[in-house]
Parts: sequence; C-alpha cells; structure tokens
Amino acid sequence: MNTALLLTTPVAAPLAVAAAYALTGARAPHPARTCSHGHPVVVAETPVTVPAVEPEPERRPQWCPSAWWGLVSPVAILLCGSLLAAGVLDEGPASAFSGLLRADALTAWMLLVVGAVALIACGSAPAYLADEEAAGRASGRARRHYHVLVQAFLAAMCLAVMTGNLGVLWVAIEATTIVTAFLVGHRRTRTSVEAAWKYVVICSAGIALAFLGTVLIYYAARHAGIAEAWALDWPTLAARADRLDPAVTRLGITLVVLGFGAKAGLIPLHAWLPDAHSQAPAAVSALMSGVLLSVALTAILRYRVIADAALGPDFTRTLLAGIALLTLALAAGLLLAQRDYKRMLAYSSMEHMSLIALGAAIGSPLALSAALLHIAGHGLAKSVAFCASGRILQLTGTTRIGRVRGLLAHVPSVGGVFGIAVVALAAFPPFSLFASELGIARAGLAAGTGLAWATSGSLLLALIAFAALATRTTHMLLGPGPVQPESPTEPGMWPLTLGLAACAALGIATGPLTDLLHAAAQAIGGH
Amino acid sequence: MSAGLYTELLDLACGTFLLTAVLVLWLRELAAIVRVFALQGVALAAIAVLLGAHEQRWDLAGVGLGVGVLRAGVLPYLMRRALAGAAADRGSEEVRETQPLVNVAASLLTAALLTLLAYAVARPLTQLNPTPATRALPVGLAVVLIGFFVLVTRRRALAQVVGFLLLDNGITATAFLATSGVPLIVELGVSFDVLLAVLVLQILTTRMREAFGTTDIDDLRELHD
Repeated sequence: MNTALLLTTPVAAPLAVAAAYALTGARAPHPARTCSHGHPVVVAETPVTVPAVEPEPERRPQWCPSAWWGLVSPVAILLCGSLLAAGVLDEGPASAFSGLLRADALTAWMLLVVGAVALIACGSAPAYLADEEAAGRASGRARRHYHVLVQAFLAAMCLAVMTGNLGVLWVAIEATTIVTAFLVGHRRTRTSVEAAWKYVVICSAGIALAFLGTVLIYYAARHAGIAEAWALDWPTLAARADRLDPAVTRLGITLVVLGFGAKAGLIPLHAWLPDAHSQAPAAVSALMSGVLLSVALTAILRYRVIADAALGPDFTRTLLAGIALLTLALAAGLLLAQRDYKRMLAYSSMEHMSLIALGAAIGSPLALSAALLHIAGHGLAKSVAFCASGRILQLTGTTRIGRVRGLLAHVPSVGGVFGIAVVALAAFPPFSLFASELGIARAGLAAGTGLAWATSGSLLLALIAFAALATRTTHMLLGPGPVQPESPTEPGMWPLTLGLAACAALGIATGPLTDLLHAAAQAIGGH
Repeated sequence: MSAGLYTELLDLACGTFLLTAVLVLWLRELAAIVRVFALQGVALAAIAVLLGAHEQRWDLAGVGLGVGVLRAGVLPYLMRRALAGAAADRGSEEVRETQPLVNVAASLLTAALLTLLAYAVARPLTQLNPTPATRALPVGLAVVLIGFFVLVTRRRALAQVVGFLLLDNGITATAFLATSGVPLIVELGVSFDVLLAVLVLQILTTRMREAFGTTDIDDLRELHD
C-alpha cells in the first residue's frame, strides 16, 4: 500500500474525527453550563461502605452513536501500526515528506501501544461521560470539547512517534501539553484548575529546556558539516553522530534528557504529574499515564542513540541511571504515605517510568527489548487501572483510600478489574510486566558493577512500592459489603477486560510481535 | 554593512535584550513588565534581522520580522488584555507583583550571578565557532536562566507567564545567534506552540480568578500529599 498514506493516516484519522465532533456541535442539546461543584460530597468521618453515598441516577441519557466515533481513530492507528510493522520488518524503515514522517520498528511498536491504550480509553469513555452527565457534572458541550481534545491529543502523540525530525518531535510533544491542559482542567473545580496551571507551567518550561537542547544539537550538527535540511533528521544525526562536537553535545543531551524527562515524569521536573493525573477525567489519565509518558521517554531513547555515538555510552548511562534511581526512590517514598488512590496510581507511573529509564541506561539488547515491552505492559495495565478508578470515583464520590471499602463485595466487576490491574502493575505473572521487569533485572545484573548495584537498589525500591500498592488496594477491595448485590451489568467494562487480557497474553508469549520488539530494540541501539 | 558596524549593532541589540530581562526583575507593576517584555521582543527581532542582513539571507530577516510581530506585538497584547480583565475584575491589587519570593536587590544580584554562570556554561559553544554572533551567545543563555528565576520566584500568574516567555525568548535568541535560526518549519511550529501556550495560560488565569478569586499562585495549595 502507499507508504505516504500509511504514514499520514495515524495523524490524520484522529484529526478528522476531532473535526467531525467539532462540526456536530451545532445540533447538540442545549449547553447547560458546566457547574463547578465537582468537589466530592463531604463524607462522614468514619469509613463508609460504598452504597451509602451513592445516589444512582434513575434516568441515563441515551447513548448517541456519535459517542462511539472516538473508536475510529484507535482502530485506524492499530491498523496502520500493524501494516507498518509488517512493512518495516520486510523492507526496513519507510519515510515520506523528506523525512518529516518516518516509520521504523520503534515507531510501529509505539503506534501499536498508542492504539491499544487509546482503544481502552476511548472505549470506556462513553459510559464514563454518560454517568458524569447524569450526575450533573458535565454538559453536552463539555462532552463535545472532551471528544475534540482527546482526538487532537491522539493526533499529537502519533505525530510525535511518527516523525523523523527532532524539531517536529519537540513541536508535537509540546502540542500534547497544550491540548491536554484543558482536559486536565476539564471539571473547572479549584483543584482541577490548580492542576492544569501547574501542568502547563512546569511542562512548558521543562520542555523549553528540551528545545534549547535540540538547538544545541542542531548547532553541533551544522558544524559537523550536515546540511541545514538534514541537521535535525534523526537517521542522519544517528549515522553521523561521531562527528558532533562532544562538549556541545554533552550540554545539549543533558538539557534534552531533563526537558523530555519533565514530560515523562522523571525528576527533577516531575511535580505536575500526581496533580494532573489525579484531576484529569479517568480516560485522559489513562492516556496520559499509559502512553504520553512513554512517548516522551521514546524521545529520550532516540536522543540516547545520538549521545552514545558522540560521547560513548557512559555519559547517558550515568545520567539516566541517576535520574531513574532518584525518581524511583521518590515514588516509593510517596507511595508509602499515599492516601489518595488516583495519586497512588500516578506515583506508580513514575515508578514504572524510572524502571524503563533504567532499562535505557543499561542499554543492552535484552534491556532495551524489556524496556519496550514494559512500555506496552505498563500502558495496558495502567490505563485499565485508571479507567476503573474513574468508575470507583463515580460510585463512591471520593478519592480517599480510607473511605473506600468493600469494593469486591459491592461492585465485583469494577473492583475485580481494578484489583487485577494492580496485580499486573505489581508485576505478577502471567502479566507482561513480570517478564519485562525480569528482563531489566537480568540485563542490569549482567552489566557490570555500577549498574548491578543500581539495579539491585531499584529492585528493592520497586519492592517497597509494590508493598505500598498492595496494602492500599487490599484496603479498598476487601471488607464488608452491602447485603443486596448491585446491578450486575456495569457498562463500559469490555475494553478494560480486553486490556487486561492483552497484557496477560503479552506476558505469556509475544508471538508475532517478537520480531518487531527485537527490531525496535535494534533501531535504538541494542546491537 | 561593514564588519565593525555589524558587530556593534549586534552587541547593542544583545545588550538591550539582556537589560530588558534584568528590568523585568526590577519592576513590580505588571503593566510596566509587559511593556519591557515587548521591548525585548523588538531587540530579539533586531538580532535576527541583523544576522539576516549580514549573511544576505532575506528569509532569515523575514523570520526575524515574524518573530518580532509575535513577541513584541501579539503576546504583549494578549497579556495586556488579561491584565485589563484582572484590573476590571479585582481592582489594583491584581496588577502588582505584591510579594515576590526574593526581594529586588537579591534578584538583581542573582541575575548577575546567573549571567556569569551563562558565560561559563557557554564557553564550549563559543569555542566551537568563534564569530561575533556566537560570542554573544551567553546573552541568550543568561536570559533563559533569568526567565527560569522569574518563573520560580514570582507569585502572580501573569508574572509567571512573563517568566516562561523570557525563557522562550532566550532560547530563540540562542538559536539565532548559534545557527541563524532553526529550519523554518520548526520555527513556525515553535512559534505556534508558544502562542497557544500563552492563550491556554490566559484562559486558565481567568478560570483561576473565577475559582479562587485571585491570581496569586500561593493560593494554589489544595493539591499536595
């Protein structure tokens, strides 16, 4: 099939759906103003069992078919991802528009992850939004804004993984910040406005540093004799990186790692992450945590190839391992003291991102394959966990762990899915996070004294995080439940079950994806 | 243009560029800060146009003019509008930076230290290709650092936006001085992103005023662990 078409579709399809949503606005039901009383109901001091605070609305707004248009783009992304994967494995990287769009194995892998996570998030969104509307927390207009922004967000993420130009990569990642700002502040409450402000200021400033880094790399590339049109082209830079000036490159790479690290939730510019993830609507948290963080990390993976060729592997290794360990320590510490389950999931994302960064620091083929597998496994499990947590918030009206009890007895489907997702996040077999953490650990222990110590340290910290996650979740799931069982049909659960099944399947065997995974690891330097 | 005149004009533009950043630290009235910021936009455009004229690259001069329109015209206009909205809504207390985290004397001292730091950090950059333009490169980095400093020490939402934009101006100046600007498509994307970011921040400021009744960042303390 036409390469240019395949490369354009993942970006164009979400944009087209966004336009469709924006255009249907004219005939939407009358826009009741979004009310700003989104604060959860003030709950009594004692831990309340779930049903006491739950006024289940009788009348649900009828589901309009337009709610399901959102599924078009994840399906298109998945389809293009698989076709590109097949093409890339057969014929090598494809590119169009003089390198602006380019697909190698890593691109195909990331497209598949983005598509899968988007399928979970967009599939569970209609039920979530219908409930928000029934509870009077959102209007038809807010729902339309939501759909337009989510689709634009998907387009920006696809552009970020599909471009071969480092400047365009920066533009796309900054565009995700801008689009998601309104999604984080979607509810317009005090807390969500605060989260949105911190998110935009910290991420924009952080990622501005990455742009400064990009400019410095460009400067070094120009003086290495690379022509203006190709001096930001990733394959060209990666191939000729040994000619870059080391001092300038070192400065540039440091800035890039710090800058994109801000977007990936790594220290030192991570402060936005727990706030934004806890305030955004559930499906948006799922997308941000499941793929946006790893899309930013992929940018670091790409720059790592350039840095390794220009400076030798030790520089990025020390930098990434240090950042990963510090982030992991912080996340584990804050998980221990956590009282809010959405923030708990957010800190768990930081934990997993630092494990991926550690995999990148190790840099052997095994470590890189494991890191990429971890991106996929974490994306699937975390998006399921976030979507389920959104449903729990709707059912209980609180995000405090101490006030949620007996979920399994009360709503077995939601509680069960949440529980299994946390089990997956804690890297139990058969889920793929087990395989990938094992892979990172094995690669780390085989990689020399310094990295072996770093790996053991991070395994210890991951264990602490796991213990904290497990105790908190048990508290939420177990306990006395109500006598009468809830209506057994929870809407919008199929994408979550599907996601968990995919995560488990990946853990058992990567099947036809094995070649793609190895090719992707090879594309970013795992020779 | 003779080489001497070019160097002098370039140094003058860069000097103005740095001086306006320092002035932002010195001033308390937000309206005055916005005016100074607009002046900095003019200086930035002048740097680009001078480089374009020197290298006989008229596309670069065109980009410089575009950057000038954005940074000296559109962005200050947006900020003035936000400021007018705040003043109409809440009165005079909203338009002054009341309690910066660090006082003016200490801020100016910090700016001096940051400039020194920028010169130290930029040594390898200048050594790679010593020309009049790259010798002025530390100025861009100094403005980046000062922008960061404004961002973390100022307590008004709008002052933080100015900090972010100083940071961004600094990066653009660095790009012009080091490599006569990044490729056009990237420059366009970056300008568009910055414009949108400022629009988003402006809307969020309005929402913040609706929700909190003020734009004091210190009031944003509901979310914590």
